[in-house]
Amino acid sequence: MVDFTLWEILRNLLLALRWTVALSLVAFIGGAVVGLALLVARLARLPGAERFVGAYVQLFQGTPLLMQLFFLFFGLSGLGLSLSNWSAAAIALTLYSSAFFTEIWRGCVNAVPKGQWEASSALALGLGEQLRHVIGPQALRVAVPPTVGFAVQVIKGTALASVIGFSELTKTGSTIANATFRPFTVFACVALLYFALCFPVSLWARSLERKLHGHR
Amino acid sequence: MISLDFAAVLAEWPLVLRGAGVTLALTAAAAVGGLALGVACAWARLHGAAWLRWIAGGYVELIRNTPFIVQLFFLFFGLPSLGVRLSPEAASVLAMVVNLGAYAAEIVRAGIVATPRGQVEAARSLALTELQVFTRVVLPPALQRVWPAMVSQIVIVMLGSAVCGQVATAELSHAVNLIQSRNFRAFEAFIVGTAAYLLLSVALRRLLNWIGPRFLFNR
Repeated sequence: MVDFTLWEILRNLLLALRWTVALSLVAFIGGAVVGLALLVARLARLPGAERFVGAYVQLFQGTPLLMQLFFLFFGLSGLGLSLSNWSAAAIALTLYSSAFFTEIWRGCVNAVPKGQWEASSALALGLGEQLRHVIGPQALRVAVPPTVGFAVQVIKGTALASVIGFSELTKTGSTIANATFRPFTVFACVALLYFALCFPVSLWARSLERKLHGHR
Repeated sequence: MISLDFAAVLAEWPLVLRGAGVTLALTAAAAVGGLALGVACAWARLHGAAWLRWIAGGYVELIRNTPFIVQLFFLFFGLPSLGVRLSPEAASVLAMVVNLGAYAAEIVRAGIVATPRGQVEAARSLALTELQVFTRVVLPPALQRVWPAMVSQIVIVMLGSAVCGQVATAELSHAVNLIQSRNFRAFEAFIVGTAAYLLLSVALRRLLNWIGPRFLFNR
């Protein structure tokens, strides 16, 4: 048993929090890029895109994130393709968030009146120009609040990376709890740190939403 | 050369089946408990005394802004130091109920807020008590309005229950881990496990969409 003061526990957890933040950022940005690509593929009516994206979303939203992590980390190594726990976590969270982003943003694009598509195509704009100058800016306005809201889900999702041994906040918490025999204090601190990270983001998302609806 | 051997995994079907059964049982308990807790919290946040409103609000925000796995670890590993020792199954169900309760509270509240004022006024003028107004006039249509969101949330909680295997609850993900540690067919085992979850989530969604209108509203 190791004796840690409360400050030492907190300090170690704060150091681990960096990894939670890093993983969240990677997953958020990666998920946004992949999600956007899937959305554009759908809007461009690429052959098979509709079906593929539909199945993709169903797969990642209909199975536990934990199983996706296990599959990438343990499953692929069974085939001889070994990923480090950092890359397995980053890839799994990226794919997971991309499935949500592409659905969220599709809704936002659908919220743009159909006349905007027709008018911009009547002006002979190509798909890229339509998206950049006409549809994109209008969809973006609606898209910001739910996107910020989903960031909270991403941050909470990174806690599962602890299960494949990635030393982020939760894993470090477990380690310290095992070393100090003070699981109550340690997990309470872990929960409070997640709360401190997520709650401001939640509040931000809510205020963005209120602003958006206020303008209507 | 890679050779796949799904037969080795599928031969363990009783384990998979039992795991899926445990997952469904956990989800059923969590859905009933979570829905009740959610309705109670929604009521507390809308009609409760100031201190009750404050507690319910704090609970909802605290749960919605922390990961489920931390909530579970806190209940399973943290509580024994206060003298409350829970079995893995009890901790899992409790964590799922507490988790779903917070989300359900927000969902139900949104449904209640959308109730037209006239309905409540009409019910009051018929001399119904406040409790009757809430349970007979306000709640059923409110649940009906938000049922799709509630179904999604219950499915999310079912998928989240995969984490309960981490505290040795013998649910589906735990069974899959057991299988792959027995026969080293990790790739095949997780494909089978993932497919089982996919099947469960589709089936659960259908089931809940069937149950809602028959037992909770539209009577």
